[in-house]
Amino acid sequence: MNLRNLWITNLNMPKLARDLLFPLIAVVAAFIVGGILILLVGDNPFHAYGLLLGSALSWPDGIGYTLFQATPLIFTGLAVLVGFRCGLFNIGAEGQLYVAAFATAWVGITFANLTPWFLIPMCFAAAILSGAFWAAIPGVLKARFGSHEVINTIMLNFIAVALVSYFTQYHYKTPGDPIMQTVPIGAGAHIARLGKFLPGFPERIPVNIAFLLALLCCFLVYVFLWRTKWGYEIRATGSNPFAAEYGGISIRKQIVLAMSVSGALAGMVGINEVLGYHYRYYDGFSDNYGYTGIAVALLGRNHPVGVILAALLFAALQHGGIYVDGFSEHVTKDIVQVLQGIIILFVAAEAFFKWLLGRKAGMQRLRA
Amino acid sequence: MRDIFTLSLIASTIRLATPLVFAALGGLFSERSGVINIALEGKMLAGAFTAAAVTHAAETSLGLGTASPWVGLLAGMLAGLLIAVIYAVSCIKFKADQVVSGAAINILMIGMPGFLSGAFFLSSGSTPQIPKDHLLPQSPFVVAIAIVVLVAAIWYVVYKTPFGLRLRSVGENPEAADAAGVSVSKIRYWGVLLAGMLAGIGGAYLSIGQSSLFTRNMTAGRGFIALAALIFGKWKPVPTLLACLLFGFTEAVSIQMQGVIKLSSGEDIPVQFIQMVPYVLTIVVLAGFIGSSRPPRALGIPYQKEK
Amino acid sequence: MLELRQITKRFGDVLANDHVDIAVKPGTIHAIVGENGAGKSTAMRIAYGFYTADSGEIVVDGQVRDIKSPHDAIALGIGMVHQHFMLVETMTVAENIILGAEPGTELALDLKSAAAQIRQLSEEFKLAVNPNEPIEHLSVGQQQRVELLKALYRHARLLILDEPTAVLTPLEVEEFFVILRRMREQGKTVIIITHKLSEVLAISDEVTVMRDGKVVGRVQTKDTNAAELARLMVGREVLLRVEKSDPKVGQTELEVKNLSVTDSSGAKRINDVSFEVRRGEIVGIAGVEGNGQTELIETLAGLVDPARITGHINFEGKDLKSLGARVRRELGIAHIPEDRHRRGLILDFSLAENSILGVHYRPPIAALAGGIILDENAVQRRAAEIIQGFDVRPPNAALPARALSGGNQQKLIIGREYHVAPKLLLVSQPTRGVDIGAIEFIHRQLVSLRDNGCAILLVSAELEEVTSLSDRLLVIHEGRIAGEVDPKLATLEEIGLLMTRGH
Repeated sequence: MNLRNLWITNLNMPKLARDLLFPLIAVVAAFIVGGILILLVGDNPFHAYGLLLGSALSWPDGIGYTLFQATPLIFTGLAVLVGFRCGLFNIGAEGQLYVAAFATAWVGITFANLTPWFLIPMCFAAAILSGAFWAAIPGVLKARFGSHEVINTIMLNFIAVALVSYFTQYHYKTPGDPIMQTVPIGAGAHIARLGKFLPGFPERIPVNIAFLLALLCCFLVYVFLWRTKWGYEIRATGSNPFAAEYGGISIRKQIVLAMSVSGALAGMVGINEVLGYHYRYYDGFSDNYGYTGIAVALLGRNHPVGVILAALLFAALQHGGIYVDGFSEHVTKDIVQVLQGIIILFVAAEAFFKWLLGRKAGMQRLRA
Repeated sequence: MRDIFTLSLIASTIRLATPLVFAALGGLFSERSGVINIALEGKMLAGAFTAAAVTHAAETSLGLGTASPWVGLLAGMLAGLLIAVIYAVSCIKFKADQVVSGAAINILMIGMPGFLSGAFFLSSGSTPQIPKDHLLPQSPFVVAIAIVVLVAAIWYVVYKTPFGLRLRSVGENPEAADAAGVSVSKIRYWGVLLAGMLAGIGGAYLSIGQSSLFTRNMTAGRGFIALAALIFGKWKPVPTLLACLLFGFTEAVSIQMQGVIKLSSGEDIPVQFIQMVPYVLTIVVLAGFIGSSRPPRALGIPYQKEK
Repeated sequence: MLELRQITKRFGDVLANDHVDIAVKPGTIHAIVGENGAGKSTAMRIAYGFYTADSGEIVVDGQVRDIKSPHDAIALGIGMVHQHFMLVETMTVAENIILGAEPGTELALDLKSAAAQIRQLSEEFKLAVNPNEPIEHLSVGQQQRVELLKALYRHARLLILDEPTAVLTPLEVEEFFVILRRMREQGKTVIIITHKLSEVLAISDEVTVMRDGKVVGRVQTKDTNAAELARLMVGREVLLRVEKSDPKVGQTELEVKNLSVTDSSGAKRINDVSFEVRRGEIVGIAGVEGNGQTELIETLAGLVDPARITGHINFEGKDLKSLGARVRRELGIAHIPEDRHRRGLILDFSLAENSILGVHYRPPIAALAGGIILDENAVQRRAAEIIQGFDVRPPNAALPARALSGGNQQKLIIGREYHVAPKLLLVSQPTRGVDIGAIEFIHRQLVSLRDNGCAILLVSAELEEVTSLSDRLLVIHEGRIAGEVDPKLATLEEIGLLMTRGH
């Protein structure tokens, strides 16, 4: 520990303020770096950012689509968060959500004729359980053989993609359909879009019940991690596994439990996608939701409230990307991905800002 | 089953394994020094895009002709290096979580080529086509020689030079290396930077060797396959080469078969199952089912003095 | 040769070195003595460039030097052998010795000439090792020789040895001292950090005594004696007597029979150990650290894989061997671990959260919604009871455990373990790194728990602590019980002999 670090810990800043400060600095810094890039390619950064963020605020489309895009990101952000709190890095949300989305569609297709009262809960269960199952695999591998979950979840992502693409292509496609997608699910499995309840909000905007489910999950994850004995055990394991073991907590069980809960959360992306949007499994639907979930969790400081805020930010960017593509001369929607990458890089290297701040403080002290 | 082992299959195995070999051996330097390298994918993307863009510029604007792919290769290597510098500074100097930073680099590099090509080539994520005679050599024979020389050189560096000794010690027990007067961060910088350059070359071969332009996300997970090969090869140069060849072979098979392999018994193996082979093998090896694969002991742990 | 001037070093809230002055004359063996946590190792790590001092200067051969890393220290002819050896286990002896100072060019490692040089050095200093053996195959004594060779190979003129004898058998200690004297004859300067006074008197020329981060004495070895050094070290007349009545011993709580434990590499850490602990008595285990004490306590607490255990562990007639830590806690076994940061606390958790570790899953803590949700009131109540009852300061249950001093962290752990009213308490190094006031408090608490009928098994590296607290004393050596003595009658010499020589 050096002096600079001491300085920052000595800041008499309430914890909440510090939790807000560093993500905020990271976002602003990323936008500055991104702005420089935009300048370099010959566009006006203010114009580009105006398109990027401004479009998210329009009613009803901007806000509607932002909420729709935020839904999967809240789920994957929570998934990564639960893993982190147990000291695990679930890079596998991408694979888990693919498996879960396919399983959801499979139930929706296979039992298409059931009434919604049976079919929807079954589809929900399919999404949750299959996501949990796919995530439990690296959990068990780690608990049993000590193999690193990062590598295994990456590998399982590719396996998941190949597996569901096989089933789609060979078993569940409409014959002759050139698009890699399954046949539609039964109408009884559709969940309502918010436009159904909100006056003046058109039903063509696909934000649906799953968004409310995502918010509910944020609350449930908070209660689970900070108010239940299971959450206590997961956090204890993540914070100090040796002490957890000493306190009679089985680390192996916590690893499997945390991975399963994480996978279940990632799996719920399937509910949004299959039951609320495409009404079928559409191969390659995920816009890197699983990986963006890492950014969401980190920027949200591994707290459910932070996850909501970060997911909204990234969703707004993603939605705005389309407008950037259409209305700016050189900048493409790829700027969104670039900004995301820079934001995580800055969040990860929080020490960088402490170093910058510390150096400034040191210089001020020298001058004084 | 026999007819799949043709000469052309061997040739395409070597060709397809080449980017993996470069990236995986690059990863070896980084991981042997104790820095996890899930950012290989991003570095390959950087190399692939830059190489294609620069080769195109060299042949059209500068008129360098057949020298252009070599300029492109150099540029691809430097792009990998540049990304590695960012990664190294954040992981080594600022002790950022290596997996998080790696993921950040990967996400960044999914977007960056599209962003740049949109601006410079007015395309959505791909570079203009490069004529066939302005590409890197593709003769399996030439490529095979290059690979053998590379692996021999890396083996020598890792096991027979002072740098290699320091590299291995820093990845196993950085405190001991520090106590012996070795600068842990210096060695780790070298490890990560070498990894960036080699992964950049691997990416370059993808765009201006195997193919003739950069297309959006063209690595398609090859950086992760390279990582898998490194683990499968137990972090040793020669076994890693063999793992890359095996994984290159599975890719060659799945391309050649275009969909399904017909077994003599009449059953089909869909191509997706062949694509899964490298990933399944890696999981199996990591779990210790086929010999044990023990990572460098300090892998992934930032080195902190005075704790 | 080496001089530290006004060296100050702070770790967080702890002042590890407070204006330390140490001067070492060339060609001498200089001992630095002090209790655990006195700041000896910190001062020497600063001299070796492992830490950088907050203020003060280092003088080598009369010149002020800026030592920023071990690399700088090595260049000035300083070598250090750390308490925990700094060796890369997977590499060979020769590779470890030359690491960072490789012979040959950057392009080719010259292992042959390295091996020759190593052989020459090992003959010169009688340090026999095989250069081509991997470190992981060597005994601790051999590893130490490799560390010495490492320093000599780098032409060290000054060798700093941090607790070099802690891991050695008495016979090895003798040999080791011969080596040190030979080095002095060859003109080397040696600094030896230790807390064993007999060794100081046997080997050193001069002594610097440290206490609480300060230098409290500098003496010539020939002008001093153990009593004076001990008084300087401790800062008061050494008279550690704990007020306690005769034990009222009850039935047997814990019975250990023919217990053996192997470690992950297959070596026996506990070898055929049998003993029992009865209600109302404190059974002490004395021994040089690393002789199986840690493994014994962890085995009894249920923290060791049952597959590595043979023999019997009976608690109130039940066989514990296959039961996990949680079930053992439920049966009434509490545990104060030797390493509070690693085992005892979750440093990022609040005091309140730490106070429920081990009982967090059952009523009255997990009491709501059918025993799933934690009852925040119950958590706070428990934390308040522990904090008040054991005088944990500052008394703020919302603080993270990290914010507390060592002594207060230890009090929190002890309070937590007492709170369950255990039938058997396993205690390891209860006062390590704890200030004097807290030590007395902790000792009194242990005795009162005993008087209330608890069976206590106490492990401590502090010989005085185990002898004064225990009602019966077992001595452990290389995983075996070397003997049992009556702590009231046995002399320290007697116990020391058992500790170091075995049977």
